[in-house]
Amino acid sequence: MEPIRKHQGLVYPLNRANIDTDQIIPKQFLKRISRQGFGQFVFYNWRFDSKGELREDFSLNQPKYKGTSILVAGENFGCGSSREHAPWAIQDYGFRVVIAPSYADIFYNNCTKNGILPVQLTEEEVQTLIQNAETESYYLTVDLEEKKVYDNQGFETSFEIDDYKREMLLNGWDEIAVTLTHADKISQFEEARK
Amino acid sequence: MRKPKTIIEKIWEKHVVHEEANKPDLLYIDLHLIHEVTSPQAFEGLRMNNRKVRRPELTYATMDHNVPTIHRNVIKDEVSKTQMETLKTNCDEFGVPLADIHHPDQGIVHVIGPELGLTQPGKTIVCGDSHTSTHGAFGALAFGIGTSEVEHVLATQTIWQAKPKTLNVKVNGKLGTGVTAKDLILAIIGKFGVKFGTGYVIEYTGEAVRDLSMEGRMTVCNMSIEAGARAGLISPDDTTIEFLRGKRHVPQGEAFDKAAEEWKALATDEGAVYDEVVEINADEIEPQVTWGTNPGMCIPVSANVPIPEESENAIEHDEIGRALEYMGLDGGEPISSVNIEHVFIGSCTNSRLSDLRKAASIVKGNKVNPNVKAIVVPGSFSVKAQAEEEGIDQIFKDAGFEWREAGCSMCLAMNDDVVPEGERCASTSNRNFEGRQGTGARTHLVSPEMAAAAAIKGHFVDVRHLGVPTPS
Ligand code: SF4
Repeated sequence: MEPIRKHQGLVYPLNRANIDTDQIIPKQFLKRISRQGFGQFVFYNWRFDSKGELREDFSLNQPKYKGTSILVAGENFGCGSSREHAPWAIQDYGFRVVIAPSYADIFYNNCTKNGILPVQLTEEEVQTLIQNAETESYYLTVDLEEKKVYDNQGFETSFEIDDYKREMLLNGWDEIAVTLTHADKISQFEEARK
Repeated sequence: MRKPKTIIEKIWEKHVVHEEANKPDLLYIDLHLIHEVTSPQAFEGLRMNNRKVRRPELTYATMDHNVPTIHRNVIKDEVSKTQMETLKTNCDEFGVPLADIHHPDQGIVHVIGPELGLTQPGKTIVCGDSHTSTHGAFGALAFGIGTSEVEHVLATQTIWQAKPKTLNVKVNGKLGTGVTAKDLILAIIGKFGVKFGTGYVIEYTGEAVRDLSMEGRMTVCNMSIEAGARAGLISPDDTTIEFLRGKRHVPQGEAFDKAAEEWKALATDEGAVYDEVVEINADEIEPQVTWGTNPGMCIPVSANVPIPEESENAIEHDEIGRALEYMGLDGGEPISSVNIEHVFIGSCTNSRLSDLRKAASIVKGNKVNPNVKAIVVPGSFSVKAQAEEEGIDQIFKDAGFEWREAGCSMCLAMNDDVVPEGERCASTSNRNFEGRQGTGARTHLVSPEMAAAAAIKGHFVDVRHLGVPTPS
């Protein structure tokens, strides 16, 4: 996967809690057998009406968020189904970073396997970012090496991420290749159980 | 004396292949279940990197999410067809056993695992599906994974996992007559919210949990993910052992008794300490109905739908308002006054033989309300066959239900079983998310008994006051 060290981008605010993976990518788009091309379907039922027309009133469709690469949302982001199509869709749409007060475990994990950085900030910090991004074109820098998020107007905060996931993301490693360096131990484990 | 341990710690310790400070553990996986929707990209990844499936015999595949439920052979949607054919090709190429759409073992992945005895206490079980938690009912550590992890498990038979925190959900007392495992788990999520389990593995304990049948335990563990927990389990006991005895993939004869001893020894030790404990009283729980767009938005059938103004928290206020709008409800009305147009009895939560038996006992001798379209979708080929042997299919058909082939069906409406926009469905499945059963469809989660009662009356009713005998 593509490494991610430091990313600067336009923020898109989605001020809802408990956004589930059925909303991120509805089931009718899960039938493809490749990892590519899911971006066009992200938040489909919010972005399009029942006739497939763009809903102008949904914020992501507004011109001011064109080119956004940082998604900021409410708590428990990515709950529900384990579908990895959700991070694939988010990434394919152009997002490299997600910021939320909390995540569903499987979704969080899935992000880190695909080079998307899930940042966890406090509810207050998230609300500040959302307000900023709702009122103006708002850019943030997310630095994974330093574990910091900042803008150029004085907002700065740090975040936590476990060392293993951080290392994987920074280096863009293929996890299977890493695991296979322990192949001997796996074989020993299997032997010992026979 | 040895330090008392939870079943979660015991299973974990038996599966650590490699550990290092400040890193997740590398955990061995005993059973990897696979279905057509979340596996194609994983097999493709193996192929691209010239990798094999390490232990095909610990892997088991079926087709469930996409399969048609009217005629097995008529798959109208070409893309679904390709997805199923792809699974067949992948299983053939990599040597993975497959129960395809014509196989007598086919069914929803979380229904067939236990049915075949593949699911066993003490196993680590994964599947590219969040309801893998279902298998925890047997005292297995079972959790859903993403497709990258599916590929990882195929290639290495292991997974990197940080040791989870443990949460004891203790259910005191007994459930009342007509109150089911489904009502119990909905009430738990309603009380503690849709993310109280995040970062934890739940163990369900207490008298009401012990009293549950294996089917009931599966219903409870199934919805652990709806509380945010990747896994939920119940310590094995005699109920577990008797369910498994004689199943095809468990040891037979004396070997079974030996295995049973080992399984029972996995149960959480007296005095073991959990990271967190929450409690709920079973006797306070009524039959539940969800009113909103996540499973935590549920109320007793006797209650009124909430109104946003009752909430002090601004975010919650907005959330309630948005959910009411989507659900086409005003707020404040009795949930029992809400009319429905569809009933779905099925899904990995409630499509086992006992679920169908209980729903049938309500339906028997009654007719589906003329405004309602009702379907029953058995969880597996084998559930369907057994139900037909018992004549349960006839009870449903006589009442006006459609009797279908096994699959996920209207739980996520990936096949043709879709609830039309703006229409309302009483569903025995596990998710009432926006659009889950169809774009604009409105889902109310209930038990099979409550769904059957709603089918007859055309609106929600307390199954205990229906005037028909309620099964205990
Ligand atoms: S029945 Fe529903 S929840 Fe269960 S595996 Fe199928 S789609 Fe998922």
